[in-house]
Amino acid sequence: MNAVLDVQAVRYRLPGDGRFIIDGVSFSVAGGETLVLLGRSGSGKTTTLRLINRLLEPTGGEVRVAGEDAATQDLTRLRRRIGYVIQEIGLFPHMTVEENVSLLPRLEHWPTDRAEMRVRELLQLVGLEPDGFARRYPHQLSGGQRQRVGVARALAIDPPLLLLDEPFGALDPVTRAELQREFRTLAGRLGKALVFVTHDVREALLLGARIALLERGRLIFLGTPSEFRASTMPQVREFLDSAA
Amino acid sequence: MSLFDFYRHHLGELLLLSRQHIGLVAVSTGVAVFAGLPLGVLVARRPAWRRPVLGLTNIVQTVPSLALFGLLIPVFGIGAWTAITALVLYALLPIVRNTYAGISGVDPAVREAGRGMGMSDGELLRLVELPLAAGVILAGVRVAVVVSVGIATIAAAIGAGGLGVYIFRGVATVDDTLILAGALPAAVLALLADGLLGLAERRLVWRPR
Repeated sequence: MNAVLDVQAVRYRLPGDGRFIIDGVSFSVAGGETLVLLGRSGSGKTTTLRLINRLLEPTGGEVRVAGEDAATQDLTRLRRRIGYVIQEIGLFPHMTVEENVSLLPRLEHWPTDRAEMRVRELLQLVGLEPDGFARRYPHQLSGGQRQRVGVARALAIDPPLLLLDEPFGALDPVTRAELQREFRTLAGRLGKALVFVTHDVREALLLGARIALLERGRLIFLGTPSEFRASTMPQVREFLDSAA
Repeated sequence: MSLFDFYRHHLGELLLLSRQHIGLVAVSTGVAVFAGLPLGVLVARRPAWRRPVLGLTNIVQTVPSLALFGLLIPVFGIGAWTAITALVLYALLPIVRNTYAGISGVDPAVREAGRGMGMSDGELLRLVELPLAAGVILAGVRVAVVVSVGIATIAAAIGAGGLGVYIFRGVATVDDTLILAGALPAAVLALLADGLLGLAERRLVWRPR
């Protein structure tokens, strides 16, 4: 199995601070696989994601994306190979849905008709009718619709790796469940490596092929949902009990 | 002599002075925008520059206009260039400050999303930050223009022409009609410029809804 993302012993500490916020985290994600980073607030989930697309520079360790060392790659090139979805605020408010989704294709100098076709294709993929939604602005959409656009935008130039930072965190429970189900189906069809951050253990069990549990910057558990359920580790039990 | 009669006899002069006045304001605002936008971006990007740049433009703002015109005469001599330099210095503060405020007012999550998806700093500025800050920046330009129309009347004192010529002549001869002859069209100019920029703002600037 060829890993799209390979994180090896990555550490991170704030400049001038002795304490490591991320301490020796290692995991790899293959194409078509969803790895869920689970943990409480402040456990280092988001920081780990940001170390992958180098919004933060790792203090130590190595990140490889599609076999190449991320640290030596051109930043723009690296990030364009990594789709990035954050909570709903990430859409550009002054751009229509179409402009948001076609932004990277345009920056990559795709011909206009190819970019337009890509937008239609992606909107359909995430369950939005292109004719009805392409011209709308983010504020004219519901939270769930905005999140779909966010996923479509992250997929625009077909990156092999997608990072999702609590993408469904701000949604109501019904919409959330609906998007989770659709996401599961979509993830299976895409064949991309996905890293999904959440603090919701039910979401982790539903979406993850594997679950990585973070606590205070350390990876304390890595395994499949059934291994997670069977684990006797107290921190895992705490999470499972919270969902029961 | 009534104001109406005065204008009837001096129409050509009124037009010439108005043209000079508009010229002073247009050229100085243009230069201030060209210099102020990059300065505002610099200040937003490099916190270390914030205090010196904003401080300096602030200090300029506190110098009385007549004094600033006078102080610049030894450098640029008498005439339009001295006036334009002073007007640029006055217009700089609202433009730099609003550019800075507009850019730093952009939601950090939006900036983060842009950077995370692989936009370069320039792309982020051009496609996201400046468009989102445009309303605030244009408001600064509006303030600069309206203030410049007023201050440009003082330019007449150093031989730069403009509608201030009537005002100074009126003050010297204690002639209210003459003062009004300059002040009135200056006020109209200010309102007109403000209205036009307001229109431009509505057409150019993105706004929710």
